[in-house]
Amino acid sequence: MKARIKFRKYGAMRFIGHLDVMRFFQKVMRRAEIPIAFTGGFSPHMIMSFANPLGIGLSSDGEYFDIELKEPIESKEAVRRMNEACVEGIEVISFKKIADEKKMTGMTILAAADYLTSVAAGQLPADWTKQLTSFYSQPEIWILKQTKRSEREVNIRPLIYRLEPQEDKIYMQVAAGSKENVKPGLVMEAFLNFLKLSPKEFKFFHHRMEMYADTGDEKEKKLVALEALGKDITQTYA
Amino acid sequence: MRKLALEDEILLNIEKPARYIGGELNAVMKKQEETDIHFAICFPDVYEVGMSHLGIQILYDMFNKRSDVWCERVYSPWTDLDKIMREREIPLFSLESQTPVREFDFLGITIQFEMCYTNILQVLDLSKIPLHAKERQDKDPIVIGGGPCTYNPEPLAEFFDLFYIGEGETVYDTLFDVYKQCRREGRTRTEFLERAARIEGIYVPQFYEAEYNEDGTLAAFYPTNPHAPSVVKKQIVMDVTHAPYPEAPVVPFIKAVQDRVVLEIQRGCIRGCRFCQAGMLYRPTRERDVEHLKQLAKKMLKNTGHEEISLSSLSSSDYSKLKELVSFLIDEFHEKGINISLPSLRIDAFSLDVMKKVQDIRKSSLTFAPEAGSQRMRNVINKGLTEEMILEGAGQAFEGGWTKVKLYFMLGLPTETEDDMKEIARLSDKVARRYYEIPKEQRHGKCQITASSSFFVPKPFTPFQWAPMLTSSEYMHRAAVVNQEFKEQLNRKSLKYNWHDAQVTVLEGVMARGDRKIGRVIEEAYRLGCLYDSWTESFHNELWMQAFENTGTDIAFYTLRERDEKERFPWEFIDIGVTRGFLRKEWERAMKGEITLNCKEKCSGCGAASFGGGVCFESKN
Repeated sequence: MKARIKFRKYGAMRFIGHLDVMRFFQKVMRRAEIPIAFTGGFSPHMIMSFANPLGIGLSSDGEYFDIELKEPIESKEAVRRMNEACVEGIEVISFKKIADEKKMTGMTILAAADYLTSVAAGQLPADWTKQLTSFYSQPEIWILKQTKRSEREVNIRPLIYRLEPQEDKIYMQVAAGSKENVKPGLVMEAFLNFLKLSPKEFKFFHHRMEMYADTGDEKEKKLVALEALGKDITQTYA
Repeated sequence: MRKLALEDEILLNIEKPARYIGGELNAVMKKQEETDIHFAICFPDVYEVGMSHLGIQILYDMFNKRSDVWCERVYSPWTDLDKIMREREIPLFSLESQTPVREFDFLGITIQFEMCYTNILQVLDLSKIPLHAKERQDKDPIVIGGGPCTYNPEPLAEFFDLFYIGEGETVYDTLFDVYKQCRREGRTRTEFLERAARIEGIYVPQFYEAEYNEDGTLAAFYPTNPHAPSVVKKQIVMDVTHAPYPEAPVVPFIKAVQDRVVLEIQRGCIRGCRFCQAGMLYRPTRERDVEHLKQLAKKMLKNTGHEEISLSSLSSSDYSKLKELVSFLIDEFHEKGINISLPSLRIDAFSLDVMKKVQDIRKSSLTFAPEAGSQRMRNVINKGLTEEMILEGAGQAFEGGWTKVKLYFMLGLPTETEDDMKEIARLSDKVARRYYEIPKEQRHGKCQITASSSFFVPKPFTPFQWAPMLTSSEYMHRAAVVNQEFKEQLNRKSLKYNWHDAQVTVLEGVMARGDRKIGRVIEEAYRLGCLYDSWTESFHNELWMQAFENTGTDIAFYTLRERDEKERFPWEFIDIGVTRGFLRKEWERAMKGEITLNCKEKCSGCGAASFGGGVCFESKN
């Protein structure tokens, strides 16, 4: 049986990197005595896969990982035990049974993510909401994307699904996952370029709100929160 | 939610920000206003090293069990943050409440190795606490030092208000009670120190004076304050089973050096190797009850979620209930995916059998510590390990499927000849030969024998405390002799030889047996920029040499001299139970190449029985 766990990450935990969050949850599994399955071999490890790493410094209300269970455990009980074994800055929100097929893991089906970006007050020009709309209505948005190995010009416009002001913050829905992925920082960099401002002088704070799978077809996207693809485990048979 | 001392922008621009945020599982949060004593406990090295230290975990747990004390942790900021803190004048802070260290009542620093001394000054400096105890005011924290290096605290005497000589579990409660009383009565810092000096095991260096002979050796050492005793007696726990032990140690987010449950099975060692300071300091040997250890293991694994448990002691094979304990750990935890790691085990049929169960033979290597290449040399150091034992153990291991062996040696031991040096290579070759005696079809390719040597540093309170050291070029010459001999061995392609740096060795030697005059050298080195001296990438020998020159201090005086039988040592105001007479007798036996039996075979009257307990005492009564 496979289960999907949704959690929040906030406060000081924002400075714990992805690999250490994985290590943290491995220890949580032991402390909470979650009946997680192991791989075989001489050095068995827990069957656990994370949907998408969260960058250092970011907070999130919608982080996910999937695990393999040896035996069922009630969702409510699992959430309670895991939270008892957690620290301030990590909170487990849900624990749901998901389909067993391999292609259904969060990592494979992840298609998009929501972010809320805040900028220190008064840094952006007064008409920034109007500017954001004009920026988003461009047919193409080209930006220099740097990776460890190369740097190249990419058009990120098709990867931005929504972009709009939300009070004094910026809300965006962007492509995420192994096929296409765009980070909120890159969108903001492009926006600042558009405003003819230097990105280096700005301090942003990005908060991930949710992650989605695409259950639509080639013509139309239909984004569904990863959590919604699972069901609560209410009864267990020991 | 806790507020962090460092801004996001700083944390995002330094290596491993997790070092500075606290908030780990089992970290203790309290309301400061509900406690009386705020204690900052510090390991003066980077977080991952400091978090791996058992002693701090024990004291952290023990202090926080008192409702009137809140103990928080502090480590050395790494060089990247160190620079930022200096530029922006950010004071050093504790991990739990992120409070500046200078606002604490106590700053306790554990001193585990000599090459951390400049980091101690860094911690004081970044905390904005005056470096010299005499310059501190009533508002400054009481700076207290503990750990093995305090058995010769003299090089650090000026920087500490107090030293705690011995095991921390014993007189801290008394010290805290005295502190609270002094505060209630509105006593001054000096008055508190005077009362503290009357507690057994507490040494207040500013209440003592040293006088020197013309040749630089110590002439006299005496208390100048009526409250200070002339002899400070080491404190030890006799009932180790019921001594405090952390059932829920703090679990770091980032990988620490020791990322596992550590179960201390005994204290002390019966072996009596003559170079080993721990073997003398922690006498008599005291074992923990096996049933108690089993319960501890269960609780600690449950409370941490660690996937590995390791036994800790100076020589685990000498623990009388080892088989019972190890069988229990395997039966109880191995199936649950918990690794069991067994360092410092003698290689024999039992340990090989255990290792087969818990390790992947093809990947793991076996470790032997012959310490010296020739039998003559091993007799001098009283290392009760013979060539037959090593070859027998290695043979059994090879037949069991192992192909990798590590051998640890020391170079520069007293009386060492060129032949003794070369024997290191020859012994390593004999181990390889033993492997190739196995028929080809039963072997798994080539074997890999890795020999490493460090240079011997004489330590206080050991039979070798009189021994001369060598110059750094002589050390390197000896390593070259060994290396050359390795190249001449039959199985040279299966052998690998590594040796340590000699410059650090010389400095370690100065610190280990240094006197109060060495304090200025440490301070000068720190001012010149020395920090993290135990880390190869940040060790600057030229700055240290400059510090010796600037202070007019002669290295040779501390290292190259063979100390006279009658010489008075700076550390001899401390009574560790083991007598000077015994150490001298052991030195003389070493010079004659005579071995001394271990404490379980025969009592050699070292003096530690005066504590009225331990394995040697119990067997006699």
